[in-house]
This record gives sequence, C-alpha cells and structure tokens, in this order.
Amino acid sequence: MIRFSEVRTLGRSDVGVDAGARLALVEMMLASDDAIDAARRSLEWLARHARLRAGICLISTEDDVARLTPGAVHGLHAGALNGFVVDLEERGHPLVAVAFGLRPAAFSADDLKSDLRLVTPLGLIGYQALPLHALQGKDEPPAGLLLVAGVPAARARDLHWVAQILGHRVARLRSTRGLADAERRLRRERALLYNVINAVSDPVLLTDTGGRMIIANARAELLLASREDDSEGRRRAVALNNMLFSSALAQSAIADAPFRHELLLVDPTEGSDLLFELLSAPVGDAREGDGIVSILRNVTDLRKATEEIEENYTKLRVAEAHVRGERDRLDLIIDSVADPIVVTDPAGNIAMMNAPAERLFTVRPEVGEHGHRAVRANDAHFSSFVSNLFFEGDALRRTGSIGLVDPQTGRPLPVEAISGKIMSEHGEITAVVTILHDRTEELEKQRLYEQLKRASDELEQKVREATGELVRQNELLRRQHIELEQASALKSQFLANMSHEFRTPLNAILGYTAMLLQGVSGRLSPGQERNLQRVDSNANHLLSIINDILDISRIEAGKMPLTMTEFRLSTLMAEVMAEVEPLIGRTQLSVNSEIDKRIQLVRTDRQKVKQIVINLLTNALKFTQHGSVRLVTSYRKATDEIAIAVADTGIGIAPSDRATIFEDFRQADSSPTREYGGAGLGLSICRRLASMLGGQITLASEVGRGSTFTLLIPRRPRRR
Amino acid sequence: MKKTKRTTTTGEPPLVLIVDDFPDNRQMYAEYLSFAGLKVAEAANGNEALEKAGELLPDLIVMDLSLPGIDGWEATRRLKSDARTRHILIMALTGHALAGHSKGAIEAGCDAFVTKPCLPDRLLEEIRRMLATSKKTKSGR
Repeated sequence: MIRFSEVRTLGRSDVGVDAGARLALVEMMLASDDAIDAARRSLEWLARHARLRAGICLISTEDDVARLTPGAVHGLHAGALNGFVVDLEERGHPLVAVAFGLRPAAFSADDLKSDLRLVTPLGLIGYQALPLHALQGKDEPPAGLLLVAGVPAARARDLHWVAQILGHRVARLRSTRGLADAERRLRRERALLYNVINAVSDPVLLTDTGGRMIIANARAELLLASREDDSEGRRRAVALNNMLFSSALAQSAIADAPFRHELLLVDPTEGSDLLFELLSAPVGDAREGDGIVSILRNVTDLRKATEEIEENYTKLRVAEAHVRGERDRLDLIIDSVADPIVVTDPAGNIAMMNAPAERLFTVRPEVGEHGHRAVRANDAHFSSFVSNLFFEGDALRRTGSIGLVDPQTGRPLPVEAISGKIMSEHGEITAVVTILHDRTEELEKQRLYEQLKRASDELEQKVREATGELVRQNELLRRQHIELEQASALKSQFLANMSHEFRTPLNAILGYTAMLLQGVSGRLSPGQERNLQRVDSNANHLLSIINDILDISRIEAGKMPLTMTEFRLSTLMAEVMAEVEPLIGRTQLSVNSEIDKRIQLVRTDRQKVKQIVINLLTNALKFTQHGSVRLVTSYRKATDEIAIAVADTGIGIAPSDRATIFEDFRQADSSPTREYGGAGLGLSICRRLASMLGGQITLASEVGRGSTFTLLIPRRPRRR
Repeated sequence: MKKTKRTTTTGEPPLVLIVDDFPDNRQMYAEYLSFAGLKVAEAANGNEALEKAGELLPDLIVMDLSLPGIDGWEATRRLKSDARTRHILIMALTGHALAGHSKGAIEAGCDAFVTKPCLPDRLLEEIRRMLATSKKTKSGR
C-alpha cells in the first residue's frame, strides 16, 4: 500500500527535473506489484530519459535474500549474464560493500583491471553501481544493486532518483510479498501443525497457567471440550474430566519440571474409564505468556495389557506349579507301580522309567558281567518290541510277550509288554509308554492250573468210571434185590405151603394118636400107652416148630396183622403165669412175679405180648436148673415205656453169643449134640414181634450166673 | 373115653358130611364122629360134596377148603345160595393158618372156621357146640 504523503514528498523534491517523465515512472511503479517488472521499467525509463546504454538490475529473491541475482537487464544478451550473482555474504566484495553502503559508486575501466571482482556482464567498461534500499529501515539487508553504464553525470540526479524510488519499491514489494508469503507459510505450517497434532492419537493440549485451554487436538477436545448441544451426560463427563485435569496440572505446576502423572478420565462417549499418563511441561513465551503443554497418553489398553500379562504370568506360574505337581504325582504314581514302566521318545531312547524298570534296564555297579549282559539283552529285546510299534503305523497299542532276564538274579523274567503311543495334537508320536507285567507268577499259576486241571480231569474220569461202576452195581443190586424179593416171596409162599403140607399128615398123626390114647380102638397096654404118648409129644413139638416157621414167614411176608387193644397188664401177666404153670410144675425152681402197681392200662397187641413173654419164660425155665425165675414189670416214665423182664439164674450167655441168639434157628450151642431142644426160632420171633410193637428186647447176662431178657414196649402206640 | 350115643330131639342122630380130599384125615374124623354116635357121610371133592349135600341134606358139613375141582369156598357159596341147602351148617377146616383164609371162608358163608391140626375130640366139641347153638336159635323162633 502506497502512502500518498510519501509520493507527494518525493514529487515535490524532484518534479523540476522532468516532472512528467518522473510522474509516469512513479505511476508505472505504483501500478506494478512485481519487483522484476519494476526493475525492467526503471531500466527502460533510464534508457529513454538518461541515455543508459546498458544496465543490470540485481535484486534479492524471495528464496534467498543473501544473494542478488539479475532481475532485469538492458542492452545485453541474456546469455551474457552467465549465472552472474552477487553474494551478499561475501562482505569483502566491492559490489557487496556498495550494496550495503548508501552511496552509489562509479568504477572505471581501470578499476576493473585492478580488481577483477568488479567485472560484470556489462563488459570491461566503466559503470556506476547504485544500491537499492528501502526509504526507512536502512539497517535492513539491501533490496538490490543497480549497475548502469553510459549515463552521463548530467543525468546523475535522475539516476539517483530512479535508484531511490526503485529501491524503495523493490524493498516494499519484497517486504509485502514476504509478509504475505510468511503469513501463507505460517498458516500452512499452522494447519500442518494442527494436522500433526490431530494426527496424534493421544490428546495434546496447551493451557495457560490458569488451566484454560489454548490449543487442543481433536482427541483432547473429545475429552475436555463440550458444546451446548451435547448431551447432559457428556457435558458432565467433560466437566469432571476438566476438574481432574486441572487438578493434575496444578500438581504439575508445583513440580516445575517435566511431569508424569497417571490420570483417570471418563470417556464422555462410552462412559468407560480411561487411564492416561499425563506428561506436562511448562513453556515460556515472552509474548504469549507462560503455558503448559500436556500430552495425555492413553494407557488404558496398556494397563489392561499389563494386567493381562500379569494375570497370564500368574496363570502361567500356577499352571507351571500345577504341572510340576502333576509331574511329581505322576512320578510318585509311576514309581509306586510295581510293574516296570518305560517312556520312550520317538527316537527310541528311554526318556523316563520307574524304579522297577531301572532294575531291568540300567547297569548297577553291584551286578557283575552277567548283569551287564542281561541289561544289554533286555535293552535289545525291549527296543525291538517298541520299534515295531513305531513301524506299525496306525496301531496305537501293541501287546506282546518279551523274555527278559533279571540282571540281579539272572533268572528268566517273562513279561507281558503293553505299549501305547502318546500322540500330540498334530498327530505326531511324542512318546511311547510301555508297561511290563511280570508273568512268572501267572505262568506258574497257569502251569499249576493245568496240573490241577489234569488231576481234576483224571479225577473226573475216575469218578465217572466209578459212577458207571456204581450204576452197574446198583443195577445189579436192584436186580438182586428184585430177585431176592421174589425169592423171599417164593420162600414165604413155600413156607406157607410147606406148613400146610406138614399140617395135613400131622393132623392125621395127632388125630389117630389122640384116638388111640382115648381108647377108640380099645384099651392099650401101659407100654403101648407110654410109647404112644411119646409119639404124641414129638408130633406136638413138630407142630410147634411148624407154627414158628409159619410165624416167621408171616412176619417176613408182612402178613402178621397187629391187633391193638387196651388191657390191664397185671391181668395178662397172671394169664401168662397160669399158662406156664404146667412147665413150672415140672421144675424145682422158685418162680414169682412182681408187678409194678403204677402200670394200669396199656395199649398194644395183647396176643403178641403174651407170646413174647411166654416164650421168654419158657426159655428161662428150659435153661435154668437151679435157683429162680422172676417175672418183673416196671414203668419207665421218661420214655413212657413198660419193661417186662424175665430174670433167671441159669447158664448165662457168653458176650460173643449175645448178638447171634436173636438170629433164626440159633441157639448158643448150635452143635448137633446140643443139650437143649428147640428149633431156636423163639427169640428170633420175639425180636421181630417186639420190633412190630415199636419196642425191643435187651439182654443182660453173665455166664454161669444167669440172664435177664427185658421186653421194652411203648405204653401206647407212638405216632409216627 | 366112653362110647355114648347122642341123638337129636327127634331121636335121630345128627348127620355130618365130612369133605376132605386127604382120605386119612377124612376117615379119621368119620371114624371118630361115628364112634361118638353121629351119622357120618364123606365126600372127597367139591362136586361130590355138592351132590351129597343135596342128596342127604346133612345137619352140618365139615368143609376142607383146599379141594381139587370146586374148592371149599366155591362149594360153600353154592350151598349157601341154594334154598334147599342154605340151612346146613358149614364148618370150614383148613391147614392154611393165614388170616386171609378164615376171612375168605366167612365171606363165602361158612358158619365156623377151624384150623388144622384139629384133634378129633376138639372137632366133635365144636360140632356139638354149633349144633346146640343152631337148635337154640331154631327153637327160639
């Protein structure tokens, strides 16, 4: 912007020289806002009005104020310039001195010869050098340098004037242009800076010492700035954040040094907690006053990550401890297993084994050469077994028998080996675990079992044979039994028939004998009668034998009926005594009976009791020469039995004969020349009859002192 | 023993038919009963017994049970089922002493059962007892 007062001042002082031309130049100057254009017009004006032959106008550029480069030339080929510049930094250069000086200088051709630095594209001719300066601010760097040749001294005033206004104009243009450029640059830089700041993901802000926000990036605004139309929640969160932030800043102000502080803010949008690390540093600025730059680094995720890392680490430690525990436990378990356990790695090397396995696969100093050999052999056998599993492909398990040797004892150790592959998640074999089970005992057991089985089989065979034999014997016995029964039945029938056949002739014998004795056929002589009595006696004896035989056959045939009646025992005993009275009369014996008064009525087969007692009494009388025969009845309450005892003082019965006298056709003396008569069937029948009555006959005897036969029968029939 | 003649109330001695296939026994009893004063007839088997019983109508028959041909049981059944001979007393006499024999004899219609050996005097005693009982019953009518 041109101030007219300045122009008027300029015009008033120089208007007298060539007022019109000067005005035109001034107007042109004012119309041009380009330094180069102004320089070109100035050279043209000088050529027209001041006889300029040739000239170069050097001006500083925007890019480099320290270098003056040709802005416009006149009367020269452009090629003649040839990169001509004046470096203002080169303070010893005569042209630089002119440029910084306020006065123009004129250099002759001679000057040029003496100082080659003065040689310009104008050629080796004399020229004038005029500095171009702003009107005010002479301390500023020179705006340019005007080199002219051919301007006469008479036009020196015009030349100076042109240099003056051109310098002013160039300086002015340079300064306004520089300002605009600077402002533009500044704005660009500022925008760039903002972009940079905004690009920073952390909130960055500048505050004054009172905590008021001067500059804030978008992230910071998100946390610390709110607008009227924001939600209540957001505004409250922002207010809270501001409070927290100011408080933190106040602390940092006290600290008076780069300050780190953890600051927990609220995410106004999400409502979640955000943890920041606040870095704040005071900045001093003379013009703007002191402030504080703060950078908030979001460490929420970092904290989370840290926490996670810590947590994971803890977990890892726990897991590690757990694994160690598991491992210890596993070791304990493996070691506590009595069976050897071996873990083999995929290379076939033993990775782990328990104590029992060590016995087999490690060399111990106490074992000798044989032990070493055993360990090598065991190792070979075992490796061969396990390697098969590696080669078997898909099979996860392998079971087999290995013949190992106990290195300590040298004894063979047959084992059953069970190997299992342990596969990783990726299906690779990580290890093979093998358990070896001692089969010695099992084999021994098997052997014993087989022995036992063999023995058992033999036994079974024998039992089978014996059973077969038994079956045959049983069959034989059964047949024999049937035959015997048939024989027995035949015998009974035979005896019955025999008895009948005996009776028929006997009936005639007895009948005729009785008739003769009765005198049916006339009187008999005493001798005839005595002999006939003997016939009669023997015939009767024969009849009694036949009757006994008949009784036995009846009993055996089960055809002896029982007739149970109730009667007085004392009455029966009196009857018995009466019946044997004729026999007693023939002896010298004292015979008496003792009846137990406690016994009243008994219920049994009266006839059979009578038969038994008569038989016993008859025997007693028969076998007793001297002394007495006693009939004693008594009652045995405990068993509710009656005992009828016949005690004699006879010959007695030897112990060896006591069992046999009850047998059929037996007497103690069975010799043909025996002293006592009788078929020997009496006791046999008595025994059978007593048994039928549910009782028995017992015998107490002493040879030479006598015998006591006792019939024991229930007082009344027992229910079976 | 003294020889005595016993007569029925009509004066005629009772007639006894002795049936037995064993001649010695039959003749022994016949001799003894005749000796005792009774009228006696004899039969050696069942058929003859039936003939003589029907022809003579004896007061009493001493019947051996084991007989050739028609046995004693069968003969008794026939006699007891015939109105003309039903009244005749029958004494069964057998050497079979088994219980079944007496039972079978009573069922067949025998009035008494006597087992051998039976002495002649005892047989006479039994016959007299039977005849006396029969007479009492008849007179009691």
